[in-house]
Amino acid sequence: MMKAFLTTLLACAVSYAAAPILIQNATILTVTKGTYKGSVLIRDGKIAEVGEKVTAPAGATIVDGTGKYVMPGIIDCHSHIASDAINEGSVSVSSMVGIPDTINPDDIDIYRALAGGVTTANILHGSANSIGGKTIVLKMRWGKDAHDMIFQGALPGIKFALGENPKRAGNPTGQRINATLRYPATRMGVEDVIREAFQDAKIYQQEWKDYNAKVARGESAVPPRRDERLEPLVEVLEGKRLVHAHCYRQDEILMLLKVGDEFGFKIRTLQHVLEGYKVAKEIADHGTGASTFSDWWAYKLEAFDAIPYNAAIMTRKGVIVSLNSDDAQLMRHLNDEAAKTMKYGGLTEDEALALITINPAKQLMIDNKVGSIEVGKDADLAIYDEHPLSNYAKVDKVFIDGELYFDRDKDIAGRPAKEADKEKLLEKEKQMEQQRRPNGGTNRRPAE
Amino acid sequence: MKRLILALVAVAALHAELPSAIAIRNARIVPANSPTIARGTVLLRNGLIEAVGTDVQIPADAWVVEGDGLTVYPGLIDSISTLGLPNAVTTAAATGGGRGGGANVIQAAPASTAPPARGPEDRPSTTSWEKAADEVKPTDTRIEAARSAGFTTAVSFPHRGIFAGQGAVVDLAGEKGGDMVVAPSVGQYVTLTNSGFGGGYPGSLMGSIAYIRQIYIDADYYQKAKAKYAANPRGNPRPAYDRALEGVIDSPRVLIPVSRRIDVDRMLRFATELKVKAILYGAVEGYRSADLLKSAGVPVLVNLRWPEKARDTDPEEIDNMRVLENRDKAPSTPAVFAKNGIKFALYADGIERRTDLYRAVKRAIDAGLSQDDAVRAMTIWPAEIYGVADRLGSIEKGKIANLVVTKGDLFQDKTEVKYIFVDGIKFEPVPEEPPAFGNRNGAPSNGEQQ
Repeated sequence: MMKAFLTTLLACAVSYAAAPILIQNATILTVTKGTYKGSVLIRDGKIAEVGEKVTAPAGATIVDGTGKYVMPGIIDCHSHIASDAINEGSVSVSSMVGIPDTINPDDIDIYRALAGGVTTANILHGSANSIGGKTIVLKMRWGKDAHDMIFQGALPGIKFALGENPKRAGNPTGQRINATLRYPATRMGVEDVIREAFQDAKIYQQEWKDYNAKVARGESAVPPRRDERLEPLVEVLEGKRLVHAHCYRQDEILMLLKVGDEFGFKIRTLQHVLEGYKVAKEIADHGTGASTFSDWWAYKLEAFDAIPYNAAIMTRKGVIVSLNSDDAQLMRHLNDEAAKTMKYGGLTEDEALALITINPAKQLMIDNKVGSIEVGKDADLAIYDEHPLSNYAKVDKVFIDGELYFDRDKDIAGRPAKEADKEKLLEKEKQMEQQRRPNGGTNRRPAE
Repeated sequence: MKRLILALVAVAALHAELPSAIAIRNARIVPANSPTIARGTVLLRNGLIEAVGTDVQIPADAWVVEGDGLTVYPGLIDSISTLGLPNAVTTAAATGGGRGGGANVIQAAPASTAPPARGPEDRPSTTSWEKAADEVKPTDTRIEAARSAGFTTAVSFPHRGIFAGQGAVVDLAGEKGGDMVVAPSVGQYVTLTNSGFGGGYPGSLMGSIAYIRQIYIDADYYQKAKAKYAANPRGNPRPAYDRALEGVIDSPRVLIPVSRRIDVDRMLRFATELKVKAILYGAVEGYRSADLLKSAGVPVLVNLRWPEKARDTDPEEIDNMRVLENRDKAPSTPAVFAKNGIKFALYADGIERRTDLYRAVKRAIDAGLSQDDAVRAMTIWPAEIYGVADRLGSIEKGKIANLVVTKGDLFQDKTEVKYIFVDGIKFEPVPEEPPAFGNRNGAPSNGEQQ
């Protein structure tokens, strides 16, 4: 046992002592420290050196970046991939459930996200409930087990949702005409559900405080029953869990900010927030981030009053803004989404790139580790064959923690072998099927 | 009518006249947990194995069964079953596939007129207090076919709900239900059932998991509260009785479904978190999960219903590589487990026809499982997993006289089951029913031959 453990340790050490990687002669888009022609040196999974001239250390693997562009790996602040379940829609407050329980590392969308330059994603619960389930930040470490995909050090989150989605189950419309209705049915009700849940959480928090105080005084005391529904809300009150709130309309945005003020917690990000441009100042004043779409709207009534300038206006008003996907397909071209903000709102290249790199990192409070190309940060990098803000750009290679997770050339070169493997299996299955049938299965055809 | 009554009386009389001892002599004996005896005798008395070996003296009162050319094995144990519970819906029927006890398979919750559950406090889909031991009946018509395939014992569980209930080790013969029970409560059968989007709580996999977590938290709290109250009832409020928690607390083991590698990983971590003694079941992707299971030391029950290509699918539509690979490699799971020293057993998931059962086991053998290990995986290993190896699972002095006697090795196409002994009572197999039309194991039906 001990020996096996040591061997594992040794193996880890070896993989970490892997040769440094030097990306040379590329255009480096650091996002936070400008753009220049030069090199990035990766050592032990971290960015070790950046500059116009970096000397290759002995034994370094050289990646020729001539004509290529290196940018920080894209961070998607709103995704639903890589999970076996998304929505616990049965109750208005489903904070007892969470994505950490259902991470699926085999979801092919992880690999496809990598192929779109994404290295980190905030995996959110759905929006069927006023207070939804727990969320988690993952790195797109395709091929690793669930636990090894978790972004260590990122704070856990929780999903809230306002407006049409959480109130829909309270209204007898469409197919729900005979269904059991669920409170709430209106925006007023959504606010009420959130306030009531936090009132419960405060009482629960106090029960534990009283208990702990008694224990500290040496008195005998019965601990309160641990409630998985209220625990995450207490963590929100104590600033240990980030709130990501799905919202559209200005009125509900202001409502939620006020509820947060009343109970003493922050809304970390507003998600979708299509009317954010109307209340950008209030959002900025609360230190709340906004994670929106570039130009996706009008898919329901509350999503009509939207403009493509939303991200730019909120940025100019001092809001930390990110662009997210909320969709496995859109997730593969977030660089295109960022580019649109240069046309609609006149953001600079760095500001546009920040929407999908350093800004979501700040929103998730992981900007000390990822989101830009700076010495000491995780070596999460995407190499493009063209400028990533061009829609001709394709991802060549993606590194996470200095490990190569996507390589376009390798992927293409490996396809014939994969096809052959598949043919082999299909053939084998066909033969087994025939063996099992007398007369090789020919008796299945009607006689001529 | 009179004749019928006479016949019944005759049958009853026959039972009463059963010999107290039976000796099977000159047979090849595979005891399962010790080396094969090339030619020896097994002596049974009063439902127990009295002696086994090459130099057993056959007493004068014993009936003799000539074993020349025959092999004696311990009776097979179906490690997850509903045998004896005639009203139980098998997993296969309930899920329209039931392959591998899949964690993703959404089962219909028991029909109920109750309003949808609003949270864990409503104890949704929970009948943890129900015991198979209280419900088993020897009149279940499926028992005879299963026995004819060599099963002498089943571990039967209530199957419906998240906490479905407590399983019992039952022998597949007896006058009354109570006669069948070998161990009344060996584990709680858990599924990850949910009501789907639009129903009551839980409506998703994560809801089911969160529910199970809250139940174990509550059970722990409940036990502490009860103990505290019992020590000093006067002047203290009493904890409310909760049968859902009682049922969970009464279960010495918990059976958790897994299908893919991610399920194995997830549920091993979950079992550690809950501090429960877990048994995983299903394990379609067991061949991919050996590293996880090896270090965990948690036993696995492997479903013999190997994944197969769905019938009547669009011939143009080709399954993806992962699905194809899974169909190809799933039967290698037992071999991979044996090689890695992972404790496992095989279960039939409702495959009761002898031909189908043996074909399924044979596929595991063809994929690398040794014949001996195949026998162990249906005899001594399930007995060990359920803590009944002191009385079942091998041919040893003092154990229950459950045997299957065959002509030819077990699990071959041509294997002939000659006799089955359950609690020392001898049965002969009934002729096999023809496969149902369109049966999933691929034998052509008459309809197809025309």
